[in-house]
Amino acid sequence: MSLTTSSRKQGENQPDDGASPAKPPRIKIGKSSEDSDKKGAHRRVKDVEICVPIVYGTIAFYLGRKASESQSHKWTVYVRGATNEDLGVVIKRVVFQLHPSFNNPTRVLESPPFELSECGWGEFEIGISLFFHNDICDKQLDLFHHLKLYPEDESGPQTTKKPVVVESYNEIVYPDPSENFLARVQNHPAVIVPRMPAGFNLPYPVSIESVNEREKGDTKDHPLNQWFMNFSEADELLKLAAARQQVQAHIVKLRRQLSVMDGPPPLSKQPTSYDYT
Amino acid sequence: MDAKDILGLPKNSVTQEKKSRPQKDSQRKPDGISREVYALTGGLAPLIPAIEASQLKKRPPSDEKITWQWLPFTNSARKDNLHLYHWVRIVNGVPPTGDYSFAKYNKSVDIVKYTDEEYEKYLTDPMWTKEETDQLFELCQSFDLRFIVIADRFPSSRTVEELKDRYYSVARAMLIARAPSPGDISGHPLVKEPYNVSLETERKRALSMVLSQTKQKERKEAEVLAEAKRITESRMVARGAEESELPVPSNAGPESAERAAAIPGDTVSPSSNVQHPSAAVAPSTITVDNASILASLRMLRVYLRTYALDQMVQAASSSAGLRTIKRVEQTLQELGVNLKPRVPTKAVCAEHLELRREILTLLNLQKQLQYKEAEGSSYRDGSYADTPGTPKHLSHGGDQDRTFVPDMSFAGERIGKRDQKRKAPGRLSEAPLPAHKRPRKSKAADL
Repeated sequence: MSLTTSSRKQGENQPDDGASPAKPPRIKIGKSSEDSDKKGAHRRVKDVEICVPIVYGTIAFYLGRKASESQSHKWTVYVRGATNEDLGVVIKRVVFQLHPSFNNPTRVLESPPFELSECGWGEFEIGISLFFHNDICDKQLDLFHHLKLYPEDESGPQTTKKPVVVESYNEIVYPDPSENFLARVQNHPAVIVPRMPAGFNLPYPVSIESVNEREKGDTKDHPLNQWFMNFSEADELLKLAAARQQVQAHIVKLRRQLSVMDGPPPLSKQPTSYDYT
Repeated sequence: MDAKDILGLPKNSVTQEKKSRPQKDSQRKPDGISREVYALTGGLAPLIPAIEASQLKKRPPSDEKITWQWLPFTNSARKDNLHLYHWVRIVNGVPPTGDYSFAKYNKSVDIVKYTDEEYEKYLTDPMWTKEETDQLFELCQSFDLRFIVIADRFPSSRTVEELKDRYYSVARAMLIARAPSPGDISGHPLVKEPYNVSLETERKRALSMVLSQTKQKERKEAEVLAEAKRITESRMVARGAEESELPVPSNAGPESAERAAAIPGDTVSPSSNVQHPSAAVAPSTITVDNASILASLRMLRVYLRTYALDQMVQAASSSAGLRTIKRVEQTLQELGVNLKPRVPTKAVCAEHLELRREILTLLNLQKQLQYKEAEGSSYRDGSYADTPGTPKHLSHGGDQDRTFVPDMSFAGERIGKRDQKRKAPGRLSEAPLPAHKRPRKSKAADL
């Protein structure tokens, strides 16, 4: 489990889509007319997929001396942007479904950051439902996360210093998004929008409100920030590439052996056909 | 301490006392059964619940005096006026009057009768002579319209349908002829639903065809139907994809999309070739297999990257057997690759799929090679028995047990060893691997 600070390079996360990694200045432009708004809400942009990398998980602290029988751990469950950007641009509401033994087990969060802290003693499966803004889609996405309180290796006593962190990386994909949605999130750092096809023009780059005015929803200065895990696409790709190389080399060798066997079997050469190198 | 203390019950519970009493009572020997018989039951509850007479509803007291007498009777269903005797229940000395109670079950069919003039007038039929028709009606009378029996007894060879047709058409013609007005008989079943010969013969032919079908034919038909269903469904998916290109999104529900996703596209046989030898990152290497999945994913307005990956993995392995799928996963683990990518970005998912495809190719090649080797060895039969690594003892069954070992510089030596090991196939799966080659990362990596 590699724990690093989350000051993670944006480029790392999106080398394939070619979205501009640098944060471009967001321009506030007045709202367009109702009419074009409506059209944009219905028209879908073909062959474009908007992608939002998210991380969801739990961080659990052992309470140490303060621990009681029913409340041994303080834990936090959250959904954050993979680069700790504000997810409020796409997610309208997050519903955490806790174990029925909790008071009021269905917790609804209407604004970012989407996180929830509780005290308890038991591990259970947390249901996380993501609801999106109206111009995106009415469907919800359901995630499940297993709350982990106790560290894997049981060596030594539990420490109050180091929490148990379990996080999962995933990407929310919106195929063929509506024009409004695309225009709204085009330059948002939490969202990966592919390069537009040549000659493609969005009707009006609409921005809901200025960033400065908005309440801060990102998790960049989050108190738990230091415990967030790093999800490196590059590492993963390297590992896969190495594995593919091995497999390909083996395939080539097997091919060669097969072709040798298929050829006429001259008796003197036969032992070499079983030479595996 | 006793159970009551643990349960927190009051010590001298009155209700407890009361409850245990009736139980004891039920254990007692009921009256009217001898002690020896009761002992045989072992005090067990009887199979048939014994109901005491006192619990039954009392019969209302009546002043009826019932006797039984041996009396003669006649049966109105008989025509011979035969006198038989039976026991009769007599209430207060008055024997019952009325018909024999079983006479009502003697049902007979009213067969239409016709005169010679009527026949000439209404019933002539080029296919039937009067004698034949008379014969038919006699048989109908004697066998109560049991046409199967009638057809069996009929002198000339006529089918059941022909007989039925003649009988019903005659009956209908007579009914119409004798009716005072057509309105009176319009509701009569003979008029309302006339007998249809051609339909009946066709129905029976179809029935006999279905019944005489062989098992193989049945299976074949089921296969054809399943295939047809698959085709229509894939067409629906295609149409759905087309519709979604329209500006107004189609209302195709998520169910249809999911169903469509469950249908694997025509997968390219993995043994045919390696399509992508380059190790370069290429998200565009999604092949035809996934076209239908992509189409159905598009119909969802939102989905998770891992959901798409799962769908594609499933489709890619749909052509492979369960065993092969397991071996692919085993190979992935041996290569130190997570079965589910830890950072499932688009590029990672594409690479992951490619890797799985290549492993499938590799496994197929191994199978081919082993097959060939087995063929060759049986051909030469033992002339190289001493050469290490000669797979002389390879049988077709052994093919499956060969595991892929990551190809390293010492591969030659390693495989040589492995061949010797194959004599004990049970141990193969435990083939030692360098510990660092399969990092069991934290579970989070598998999520």
